[in-house]
Amino acid sequence: MSLELRRVSLRAGAETHIHATDLVCEPGSFNILLGTTLAGKTTLMKLMAGLERPTSGEVWFSGRNVTGVSVRHRNVSMVYQQFINYPNMSVYDNIASPLRVARVAEDEIKRRVGTMAELLKLSPMLQRRPSELSGGQQQRTAMARALVKDADLVLLDEPLANLDFKLREELRDELPRLFSNRDCIVVYATTEPVEALLFGGQTACLFEGRVTQFGATGDIYRNPLDLTSAQVFSDPPINVAAVTKTGDRFRLAVGEDFAVPAAYTGLADGAYTIGVRPHHVAPAPQGDMAVAVDGEVLVTELSGSESIIHFVVQGQTWVSQSHGIHPFEVGTRQRLYADMAKAMVFDADGRRIVA
Amino acid sequence: MNKTHDNRAWFFVLPVVALVAFNAIIPLMTVVNYSVQETFGDNVFFWAGVTWFEQILRSPRFHDALTRQLIFTFTILLIEVPLGVAIALTMPRKGPWVPVCLVLMALPLLIPWNVVGAMWNIFALPDIGLLGRSLNALGFDYNFTRQPGDAWFTLILMDVWHWTSLVVLLAYAGLVSIPDAYYQAAKIDGARPFAIFRYIQLPKMKRVLTIAVLLRFMDSFMIYTELSVLTGGGPGNATTLLSIDLVKIALGQFDLGPAAAMSLIYFLIILLLSWVFYTLMMRNEQQ
Repeated sequence: MSLELRRVSLRAGAETHIHATDLVCEPGSFNILLGTTLAGKTTLMKLMAGLERPTSGEVWFSGRNVTGVSVRHRNVSMVYQQFINYPNMSVYDNIASPLRVARVAEDEIKRRVGTMAELLKLSPMLQRRPSELSGGQQQRTAMARALVKDADLVLLDEPLANLDFKLREELRDELPRLFSNRDCIVVYATTEPVEALLFGGQTACLFEGRVTQFGATGDIYRNPLDLTSAQVFSDPPINVAAVTKTGDRFRLAVGEDFAVPAAYTGLADGAYTIGVRPHHVAPAPQGDMAVAVDGEVLVTELSGSESIIHFVVQGQTWVSQSHGIHPFEVGTRQRLYADMAKAMVFDADGRRIVA
Repeated sequence: MNKTHDNRAWFFVLPVVALVAFNAIIPLMTVVNYSVQETFGDNVFFWAGVTWFEQILRSPRFHDALTRQLIFTFTILLIEVPLGVAIALTMPRKGPWVPVCLVLMALPLLIPWNVVGAMWNIFALPDIGLLGRSLNALGFDYNFTRQPGDAWFTLILMDVWHWTSLVVLLAYAGLVSIPDAYYQAAKIDGARPFAIFRYIQLPKMKRVLTIAVLLRFMDSFMIYTELSVLTGGGPGNATTLLSIDLVKIALGQFDLGPAAAMSLIYFLIILLLSWVFYTLMMRNEQQ
């Protein structure tokens, strides 16, 4: 059982929602669609489910071309950002609804709903209506509905986005367990890089309707193929700066120049772009290639153990994420240090140059 | 937490209290005043106690008008609510036709009530009206000014024409507020159109439909203008509903006491039935 998108695209009039996309989801895999709002995550999911018909390209499932097959005749389930349940049915009937449509015997329904309720901690509230539940419980109900029918493909469209922080963490921890011994393909859309890293699995970075990179989650984070993937997969946003290479020096457009890291000395002279992740920029020098960056402090976000400092360097915003509390005053000029040994180098077209 | 008590709040409430007093409570009290006294003019009053109330409650004339009123109101509710929901379901939810449909639906609501009555009166006249003449040409013996059945038919047709739009617009507002995701989820579950209506659209429309039923109930129970222009309560007393009867007693016969008593009874019936409707329709909404 594998899901394959072959050159799938979706256009509406002059607008292209999804550019020709190739994607293979392996049996039993957990796949993450990572991208900002309007990147095309939901649209791509609808194409996978069969809720939308691609303008061109083919969708294959288990070696069968299912491109024109309606969602009714595919074994798919979906959980949405909004908590979608039948409003005037009890939790029990809600979970049972897909089984009833499939004409499963009533005692089999009872058994499966019971198991599902146990798994999602809904057993005490089976007789209540969705409106009498908390947001977290409503979403659990929706999730139970999606899981109970043993779908081959489970699509989760930002299921945790409307939950408050505590509930989100709780459900986020439970999710991998829910799918651990199922052989369905899971596709999970999120805007948060942190969530992708927590779940592991495979990630597809989406940007303006295009999959920029697809592969093992940790791998993509560490080795983005291009600037866009690096930007999609970075929160706080990755710092991007133009540099010019002359001989063995890199010159930052915003000032300082520094020795070209050993790995890149073979590059031809010219213009490049470097990306430095926020946690490689700190108020104190770290590593042996720390380069000073001076800027005016725009915002400081202090958590219990960490400081996120946004500062402006000649009209360009940089972000530093560091341990410890650094209560810089807004509006003051400060010197921060970027560890250039960790910088990623991209060519003029935004492609990563792998040393 | 300690709440601070502050009398300033009264200054914000007072204007509303004054307004309600002037446009509701004081006029109502005048009616209460008339309902328990007998007057022969010249501002001379005699105490009458509950005489007028007893008289009204026992009068067959009131019973007949009330029966006709209930038949009328329930008939139009049974037609307008399902019809309104059905029309709302067929209206497009997006695209260029939405404003066209909305304006078409709103048109009957924008026509002054007495004009509606006059329009239908002329439309239904058996000799010159398009409807009346056509029906007669088709072989029906139709004359709403002489035959009670025809008068009722015309009256109900007029009310359905005039007010179904209100139900349509309210039901439509309920429908468009349902996120697309619900329909997708139902499609994924494999739900059929009737199941979608029964388990998604109807429950989601429940609140607006409650409002629609209440509004239509109250308005139809108080119908006067269109009715008085169309049939004036005739032929005979065939279409004399409560409001027409009340005006006959109050202004026709100038029986101010009984008319005031009847107004109050009328008011209490509407209040009671509205409460019953609301409670019935909302009984599952408690959390």
